[in-house]
Amino acid sequence: MSVNGEFLAATVRTATPLLLAATGELVVERAGLIYVGIEGSILAGALAAAAGAWAAGTGTGVILAMFAGALMAALFALFVVRWQTEQIVTGTAITLVATGATAALYHVLFGPEGAGLRIPVIHPRVVPGLSAIPFVGNALFAQSVFTYAAIIAIVAVWWGLARTHLGLALRACGERPSAARAAGVATGGMRAGAAIFAGALGGAAGASLVLVQSGTFAEGMSAGRGFIAIAIVALGRWRAGGVLIAALAFGAASALQYLFQARGWALPYQTFLALPYVATLIALATTRARGSAPAALGQAEME
Amino acid sequence: MPRRRTPGAHRLVAPIAGAAAIGVAALVLLAALLALGGYDVASALAALWRGSFGSAYAFFSSTLVRATPLLLAGLAVALAFRAGVWNIGAEGQLLAGATGAIAGAALPLPGPVRLALALLFAAIAGGAWALPAALLRRRGVLEVISTIMLNFIALNLVGYLVRGPLQEPTHAYPQSQTIDAAARLPRFPGTRLHLGVGIALAAAVALGILMRRHAWGFRVRVVGANPRAAASAGLIDVPRVTLEVFLVSGALAGLAGGIEATGVTYALYEGMSPGYGYTAIAVALLARLDPLLVAPSALLFGALEAGATAMQRDAGVPSAFVTVVEGSLVLLVLLLPVVTRAWAARSLGARRADG
Repeated sequence: MSVNGEFLAATVRTATPLLLAATGELVVERAGLIYVGIEGSILAGALAAAAGAWAAGTGTGVILAMFAGALMAALFALFVVRWQTEQIVTGTAITLVATGATAALYHVLFGPEGAGLRIPVIHPRVVPGLSAIPFVGNALFAQSVFTYAAIIAIVAVWWGLARTHLGLALRACGERPSAARAAGVATGGMRAGAAIFAGALGGAAGASLVLVQSGTFAEGMSAGRGFIAIAIVALGRWRAGGVLIAALAFGAASALQYLFQARGWALPYQTFLALPYVATLIALATTRARGSAPAALGQAEME
Repeated sequence: MPRRRTPGAHRLVAPIAGAAAIGVAALVLLAALLALGGYDVASALAALWRGSFGSAYAFFSSTLVRATPLLLAGLAVALAFRAGVWNIGAEGQLLAGATGAIAGAALPLPGPVRLALALLFAAIAGGAWALPAALLRRRGVLEVISTIMLNFIALNLVGYLVRGPLQEPTHAYPQSQTIDAAARLPRFPGTRLHLGVGIALAAAVALGILMRRHAWGFRVRVVGANPRAAASAGLIDVPRVTLEVFLVSGALAGLAGGIEATGVTYALYEGMSPGYGYTAIAVALLARLDPLLVAPSALLFGALEAGATAMQRDAGVPSAFVTVVEGSLVLLVLLLPVVTRAWAARSLGARRADG
């Protein structure tokens, strides 16, 4: 494959977990909750995927991952919906709990080193015919099932938010919860459901990290992807199309590493490691995004 | 975050009672987790005690040494959160501060001058590392995102510096040159505890007085409680107060890094902070964002961290167990107002029924 082709393929590959998590975060934010704990959902999903795949195969791993991610989100929803706690602090605490719990569980399950952990991985599925398209064929049609699922998810979320009654009710919870409630929408339940959906997608993102990208679990392996997903939602101006583009842009920023290595351009390794985070800051600084945020984002619905 | 205030002495009594209850809850939770993990709970908790309060050496050289950066970083978080500034970036500001301290300590000047400059540079570097988040917030960027991004950038920057421009002369280890004895914070005889603990306590008292008795503290609290009212009242320049809070918060976290570098590690390296900046969030929340209560809260978390090290060493329990407890503590603290509200409602209802 050409260097540029490899760059494109790496872009889509690294964008996949970001797109999965950002799609979930988009839904929960449109319902009015900012779920900082998505980072924790990714981590929980990553460990659950590793344990599930190790015990019973990759399919079990994916299901367990989505369940674990959803579980963290359900805890978050319990706090912010039922008890009206501050969303950002609660989400941060959820991430802290998930960071510790995954590291501790990994230690308990797989021993102090975890070195012996061999788990099955998910290989790319090449779509016959389409993958032969020059330049973009390999990037789009020789990816893992997670990539295809992520694209289906963002399209489904676009359709669901824009074209269904459920989507309208959910958006109302994010814009004017009091009006939504007056119209008979169970705002609390809607927000909790959106959070659990986001957590499940975060868990799937974690599963893709383990089952496609690294083939193992490592402490803190989400490495801030949940926070980048939150940034992606803001950059995408809380719209499905924007989120898709922003996620691909981040994938490209991370994939620059391959391009530079292939072309022999020498830069310190840490430059590439820091690049996604720097890119997030620059991108956020150069777009005026807040105007398009849901009006009641971050606010308790009883106001 | 909504906060209820009770007048007079109750203001301190209720949170302290709450903190004690939460401390007990933390131990119970830890014991339960250890039992679930299949560890010997008694020996693990014994190690936790030995490593934290079990001896004078453990207390002064382990618990207090860890409580010191937690106190300063906890103050940074408490101040920021009080003003409604969700600064999750204490970890990055701490690393920036440590970097500044290493630079200051390397200047060709007499030892005490270098030490003073190191701490000054640390505070400046910490504030500077918070500045982008402050400026981005004006452009509508949530500081939760920007400060976390800055944490990751700081960590990678340190990783680069200690393998590049700041690497020690032999180029064998990924760390900076060690600060020589003349520019280190003096230690209390017979312990590893350094003068930084005094600086941290002084900062807590100063911030406490500032928040309670000074107009600036009042402005900070008003901005945090209701920024719209603060702005429309016309007396408070909200963007300015917010910027000042970012800078002071960053400077406090930076100072934590500077004190850690000149008092404990004597060098810069990637793993020099075991997540003090993140633990500081729990420290500040347990203290209910009150600077004076941050000190006992930092002591509790310092003991937990010190005990965790001993637990790992003596009982083979990964320190991640303590991270779970710390996160759970934050969740419990968040529930305190919910519980007190429920109690208040119930006792009010009971009184009504009596009358």
